[in-house]
Formats: sequence, C-alpha cells, structure tokens
Amino acid sequence: MSDLLILRIVAKLLIPYILLFGLYVQTHGDFGPGGGFQAGVIFASGFILYALVFGVANARRVVPPRLMATLIALGVLLFAGVGLAALLMGGNYLEYAVFADQPARGNHIGIWLVELGVGITVSAVMLTIFLTIAGRGR
Amino acid sequence: MDQGQGKGPRLITAVHDILLLTLLLVTTVAVVRLRNLVAVVMLLGLYSLLMAAVWLVLDAVDVAFTEAAVGAGITTFLLLAAVLLTGQEEKPPRRGPIGPLLIVAATGAVLLYATADMPPFGAPDNPIHRHVAPYYIDRSLDETGVPNMVTAVLASYRGYDTLGETTVIFTAGVAVLVLLGGRRRREDEIEEDE
Repeated sequence: MSDLLILRIVAKLLIPYILLFGLYVQTHGDFGPGGGFQAGVIFASGFILYALVFGVANARRVVPPRLMATLIALGVLLFAGVGLAALLMGGNYLEYAVFADQPARGNHIGIWLVELGVGITVSAVMLTIFLTIAGRGR
Repeated sequence: MDQGQGKGPRLITAVHDILLLTLLLVTTVAVVRLRNLVAVVMLLGLYSLLMAAVWLVLDAVDVAFTEAAVGAGITTFLLLAAVLLTGQEEKPPRRGPIGPLLIVAATGAVLLYATADMPPFGAPDNPIHRHVAPYYIDRSLDETGVPNMVTAVLASYRGYDTLGETTVIFTAGVAVLVLLGGRRRREDEIEEDE
C-alpha cells in the first residue's frame, strides 16, 4: 500500500466517479460517443487505479481472479447467446429484429445486450492482464 | 470538412492541425531517442492523447474517445506494468541506424507518392462516401432505433465483426492467464515438494 496520504485520498475520491463514468458510457453508448469497449476500459481503469494505490493484493481481494475468469467468458457468451437467441426465435444469427414486435425496437434491445457483453469481457480482460502482470513483479 | 464555414474558423482549424502534428512529431522523435522505458511509455500515452485530439478535429468523436480511453489510458497502465517487470532501461542497439532509416525513408517516400493518387480529402463524392455510408446515414436510425450511427454499425450491421473482436479480447485474457497466471501456484507446489 502506498504511504502517500494525498494520493490515497485523491484516489478514493476519484474511483467512484471513474466507475460511474464507465457505467454512463456503457448505458449511453447508443446516444453518445462510446460503447461497451470504451466503457469496459474506463471501468477497469478505476480498479487499476485502486490496485496502483492500495496494492495488487488488496485489489485481488476486491476482484478475485476466479470471478474475473468467469466474467471474461460471460461477456463473450452473452454476445454469442444473443446471436443464438435470435436464431431460436426464427431470425438469422445476430438478427436482433426478432426480439420485439418492431424491428427497430428489437435492434435496440439486441445492441444494448451485445454492448453489455463487450463491456463485461473487456473490463474483466483488462483488469486480469494488469493484475496478472503487476502481481508477478512483487 | 470546412465547407460552409468562414475564413476565420478555417484558419483556426489549420493552426490546430499544424500545432497538433508538430507536437506529434516532437513526441515521436523523443520516443525514438529516449532510452528510459518509463519515460517512453509516458510519452506514448501523450502521443495517444494528441492523436485523440486529431480525431476530434476530424469530427470522429467515437474514435477520439477510444483513442483516449484505450491508447492513452489502459495501454499506458499495461505497458508500465510490463516495463516494471522487465527493466526500465532499453539496451543499446547492436546495429547502426542506417539500415532501418533507409527502409523507413523508402517506405515513407512510397506512401507519400501514393497519396498523390488519393481522392481530395473530405470531398462528399469520394468512393468511401458513396458505398454503404449513404445507406447507414439514411436508414440506421429507422432500422435500429439507435441515434449513434457508429454504435448501430458496430453492434448491429457489423455485429459479426464485433463478436470477432470481443473473442480476440477474450483470447488475449485467456492467454495471459494461461501463460502468467499459474506461476505462483507452481512455485508453491515446488516449495511444498521441498
């Protein structure tokens, strides 16, 4: 853990807003710039800041490696699952139009779910890469 | 790009372009000349931030956002972690700079020569603006209900590509876990054996 008091307090102040901004980018990617990829990266950087200031061991306690490994797979499975669901509901693979009575609404639902899958996988992978590499250095 | 604007804004855009490109050039030269890898990683982050500003000047906000978040943000973190693991000083090069410089100069000259054949920058009747772009501009909001056209193209029209990209990220994460993640456990086992 870092002994620098100012660094610790500033990090504590910043981390909630970084995570909140990540969630905002995730959920508003259909209206503004951004989307699952950027949101995942921003969300992960909040946890990486925590790991930098409070130590990798503490960060591992917050986000256990087993949980991360599950989330890495979960995001891709969600994306591919949305495609399969479209297939089962009578459309083509990843044809979101079948999710609702109107094609546009179905597309909106599909895009939202798919972006969520991208966000989950990207944030879990980025965090895993950082914690794994940084954890070896000790 | 500046059609419909007055002379003043166009001059300001030109000044921005020249300023940003000069800073990019300075950063690149500094990255090549420095031997301290921590400083190099910091400068590469700065390079990405400047690139994000260039994308912003080109009205590509989504790309600018990605560049700032991924290039300037997370890549800097990951490279810093890697540098702290491997060593902070670059080893002196074995060969002289003449050979690589010649290759770079020749490639650059070919690329510069090729730009002469490119269509005028930003002209509305360029081939790239007449292929599928008009379809997306006309129909994407009605078909997907998503106002951000970039998101509509990435997640819906090009959903397969994005699924592939997510799989690439997934593979990178799994590869890091497989190659580096199990090390400590194996050491523990060896210690137990002893």
